[in-house]
Amino acid sequence: MARDVPAGDLRLVDLTKRFGAFTAVDDLNLTIGQGSFFALLGASGCGKTTTLRIVAGLEEPTSGQVLLGGRDIARLRPHKRPVNTVFQSYALFPHLDVFENVAFGLRRRGIRPVDGQVRQALSLMQLDGYERRRPAQLSGGEQQRVALARALINQPQVLLLDEPLSALDLKLRRRMQIELKRIQNEVGITFLHVTHDQEEAMTMADTVAVMNAGRIEQFGAPTEIYEFPATAFVANFLGQSNLIAGVVSGDNGGDILVTAHGARFAVPSARARADRGAVYLGVRPEKLHLADSVDQVPTDSQYLDGTITDASYAGVSTQYLLRAGGGTELSAFVANSGTQRRYGPGDRAVAYWNPRHAFLLGRRADENDRITPVLTEPVATA
Amino acid sequence: MSAFAHLPSVSGQPPPVARPGRHRLLPYLLLLPGAAWLFLFFALPLVQLATASLYDPNDTLSTGYTMTWAFGNYPAALQAYWPQFGRSFLYAGSALVLALLMGYPLAYAIACKAGRWKNLLLVCVVAPMFTSFLVRTLAWKTILSDNGWVVGLLRDVHLLGPDGRLLATPVAVVLGLTYNFLPFLVLPLYANLERLDHRLLEASRDLYANAWQTFRRVTLPLSMPGLIAGTLLFFIPATGDYINAELLGTPNEYMIGNVIDSAFLVRLDYPQGAALSLLLMAATLAVVFGCLRRAGAEELL
Amino acid sequence: MSIWRWLARHWVMGLALLVLGYLFLPIAVVAALSVNRPAHRLSYDFHEFTFDNWRNPCATSEMCEAVLRSVQIGFVATVVATTLGTLMAFALARHRFRGRSGLNVLIFLPMAAPELVMGTSLLALFVAGGVPLGFWAIVVAHVMFCLSFVVVTVKARLAGMDRRLEEAAMDLYASEWQTFRRITLPLVLPGIVAAALLAFSLSFDDFIITNFNSGTTVTFPMYVWGAAQRGIPPQVNVIGTAMFLIALLLVLTSTLRGRRLRNP
Repeated sequence: MARDVPAGDLRLVDLTKRFGAFTAVDDLNLTIGQGSFFALLGASGCGKTTTLRIVAGLEEPTSGQVLLGGRDIARLRPHKRPVNTVFQSYALFPHLDVFENVAFGLRRRGIRPVDGQVRQALSLMQLDGYERRRPAQLSGGEQQRVALARALINQPQVLLLDEPLSALDLKLRRRMQIELKRIQNEVGITFLHVTHDQEEAMTMADTVAVMNAGRIEQFGAPTEIYEFPATAFVANFLGQSNLIAGVVSGDNGGDILVTAHGARFAVPSARARADRGAVYLGVRPEKLHLADSVDQVPTDSQYLDGTITDASYAGVSTQYLLRAGGGTELSAFVANSGTQRRYGPGDRAVAYWNPRHAFLLGRRADENDRITPVLTEPVATA
Repeated sequence: MSAFAHLPSVSGQPPPVARPGRHRLLPYLLLLPGAAWLFLFFALPLVQLATASLYDPNDTLSTGYTMTWAFGNYPAALQAYWPQFGRSFLYAGSALVLALLMGYPLAYAIACKAGRWKNLLLVCVVAPMFTSFLVRTLAWKTILSDNGWVVGLLRDVHLLGPDGRLLATPVAVVLGLTYNFLPFLVLPLYANLERLDHRLLEASRDLYANAWQTFRRVTLPLSMPGLIAGTLLFFIPATGDYINAELLGTPNEYMIGNVIDSAFLVRLDYPQGAALSLLLMAATLAVVFGCLRRAGAEELL
Repeated sequence: MSIWRWLARHWVMGLALLVLGYLFLPIAVVAALSVNRPAHRLSYDFHEFTFDNWRNPCATSEMCEAVLRSVQIGFVATVVATTLGTLMAFALARHRFRGRSGLNVLIFLPMAAPELVMGTSLLALFVAGGVPLGFWAIVVAHVMFCLSFVVVTVKARLAGMDRRLEEAAMDLYASEWQTFRRITLPLVLPGIVAAALLAFSLSFDDFIITNFNSGTTVTFPMYVWGAAQRGIPPQVNVIGTAMFLIALLLVLTSTLRGRRLRNP
C-alpha cells in the first residue's frame, strides 16, 4: 500500500481493539498521507470513533501500531503525542474563557508568551473580540470554531475531528464544511475526519475510507468509491444502489454477461469486481432512466420493463419505484428538468441504463436482490 | 400543553400549568402549614434568642429576665470564652483539612473509577450514619483507648511516647469530628464529580496536560461548587459540635458548644448562652459568605 | 503491565477503600462490643465474648424506654414533617406564587444553620412563652428541622418527573384528581418514602436540638449521653448494631428493587 512513506504519513498497521468479546477495530491497515483530508466514514458502532481515539491516545490498542512519520506512538500517553482532537460536542472547558481554552495546550507545554499565538488563532477562526467569553455564551458554530482554534494552535501533525459538525444545524453545517476545507488548505495539516454523514465525507475529503464492523470496506477518492463501489455494503451506505441478483453466464471479450430474472445483461469487465458465479448487477438510481416503451430505449442501453408502484416528488427530482417482471423493485431518480414525462402509480414504464454505468459485485449464492435501502440513520450512538 | 389546550377534555380543564380562578389560592394553601411551622419554630425563635441575648446578665431564670438592651453581654461572653471559640474553629478547621484529604479521593474514586460498584460504595459512605451518632463516637473511645491496638502500634513505632495517649487529647477530638462529618463532605462532592464531563478530561490530556495538570486545571476547578457545598456541610456542624469534645476530650478540649450547653442547661445563664449562640451563628455565616464569595471569585478567574 | 503502571491506575481507588475502612472501623467496634461482657462498668475495651446482651437487650429498662420514646417521637415527627413538606414541595414544584425566593431561604436556612443555634433559640422561645419542655417540644423541634429535608427530597423527585406523563393522562380523559391519583402520586411516592425514612432517621438520631428542649424526657441519644458519664451498658451497642443492620437491609432491598425495576 505505502512503499515510499513521506515523513509525516500516519500509518495504522494491523490495528486491533477488543472490548471484551467485542472487536471494535479488526486488524486495520491504513495509510493517511501527510497533508491530506481523510474521512473515515461509517455507521455508529463501526469502529471509526475507536480508531480515532486510538490515534489520539485515549484508547490503547489491543495490538498493532500507530506510526506517525515512522515512529510508533500507539503506546504514548495522549499528552505526549503531536496529535490534537476536535471532540464531538467540542468539550470546551466551561470554567475557562475562550482565550484560556485556546491557550490551554500552549500553557501545558510551557510555551510563553501565548498572547500573539492565541490572537492569531482566534482571528484565523474569525473569533476576534471573543477572548473573554465563556463557552456557554457562544453559539454552536462559535463553539465549533473555538474547538478548532484550541486544537490547531498546537500545530499538531495530525488533527482528529470526531463528528465535529454533528451538533450543528443543516445550514451551519454546510458553511462549516466549506470553512473546514478552507482552513485545511491554509494550514496544510493532515485532517482525519470521522463522520457518519456520507455527503459530508464526500464533499470535504480528498480520500474517503468506508468502515464497517471494524474493517475498511473500501477507500479512495470520493468519485471512485461512489461510481465503482467495491462491496454491496459500500454501494448502499454511500448513496443508494439497485442491486439485482444474477449469475455470470460468460463473457464476450470486454464485457461480462450476467443472467438475472431471465434476461441477459452485459457489464464492461473493467467495472466488475467479480467475473464468475453469483453476482450483483448494480445500477445507481440516478443512472436509471424511464421510457414509455421499449422502442424509445437507446440501442446501447439495457432495460427492464414494469409498472410504476410509487412516485415521490422531491423537488429537484422525482423518485420512482418500478416493479419489474419477477417482482424486482427498482428505484429511479429522475431529475425534474421539465423535459420528462411524469409517471403515476400503475403506469407501465421501461427502466433503462447504459452498461458503462453499471457495476458487478460478488454475491453469496443465498443472497437475493438488494434494492434501494431506506435511508435511515442508525439511532444508536457511538 | 399548547397542542391540547384547545381540545375539549372530559374535565373541561386545560392542564395544570397556569390555571385561573380557584387554583390561584391553592399554592398558598399547600404552603401555609409548613411555612407557618418554619416561621414559628425557626425564624421566631431566632428573634427570641436575639432578645434573650440582650437581657440583664444579672437576672436568673428563677427571678425572671428583664430587657435592658445589655449589648455588653457580647464582649463579655467573647472575653470569657474566646479560647473555646478559637478551639472550635481550630479543631473544625483541622478536621476539615483531614476530611478534604480523605474525602476528595473517596468521592473521586466513587464517581469516576467505581464503575458498576458505584451504588454499593455510595451506600458504604452513608452506612456508618445508620448507627447512632453518639454510639459511633463512643466507639472511638474504644479504638483510641490507652490499651487499644492503635495506641500500641503508635507507641511501638515511637510516634507516641511510652505513656503517650490519644484519648482525651485534641487529636482524638479532631479525629472524631473528621469521622462524624466526613459523609457530609463526600456526598455533595460526589454529586458534583459524578456529573463531570469525561470528555473534558480527555480534551485536557489531548492538549498536553499530564494527569496532575489535568486534575489541577480541569477537575479541581470544575468540582469547586461541590467542594464548597461539602466544605460548608462539614464545617458548620463541626464548629457547632460539642459531643466529640465531651466524649473524646477533656475540659481542656472544650469547644464553644460545650460552653453554650452548660450556659443554658447547667448555669442557666440564658443571656450569655444566647449571646454565644448568636456569635457562633455570625461567625458561621461569615465563613459561609466568605466561602461563597471565594467561589464566585474562582468562577470569574 | 508493570507494577508502577498498576499503582498509577489504582492508587485513588486504594486510598478510597482505606477511607471507607476508616468510616467502618467504629461500626465494627460497635458490633464487637455488642457481644462483649465488659470487665467493669466504665470499661470501653473488649473483654469477653457473650451473646447475653442480644438475649437481654432490655436488661436496662431505662434504655429500652428511651428507645421506645425515640421511636414514638420519630414516628409523630415523621408523619407531620412528611405531610407538610410534601404539600410544600408540590406548591414549589408546580405552582407560581409570590414570595417564592423568600420561602426558599426559609427552607434552606434550617439545613444550614448550626443545630446549636436552632436548639438554643427554640429553648429561649419555649421558656419565654411558658411552653413546657418534653415530648411535644421535642416533636415540634424535630418537625422543624426535618421539614426542609422532606421538601428538598420530594421536590427533587417532582422536578425529575416528566410533565408530559400528566399531560398524556389528561389527554386520555383523566380528570385532575384521577391524574394525581393514578399518575403523579405513584411516581412521586418513592421520593416521599425516601423523605420519610430520612426524616425518621434524622429525628431518631438527633441529640443537640433535643438536648436543649427535652426537659426531663429521655430519648435514646439523651440516654447514651447521660450513660456515657456513668458507664455505658453493652446493650447500647446492641441497639447501635441493630439500627445499622435494619437500615442497611432497607437500603439494600430498595436498591435491589430499583435495579430490578430498571432491568426487568
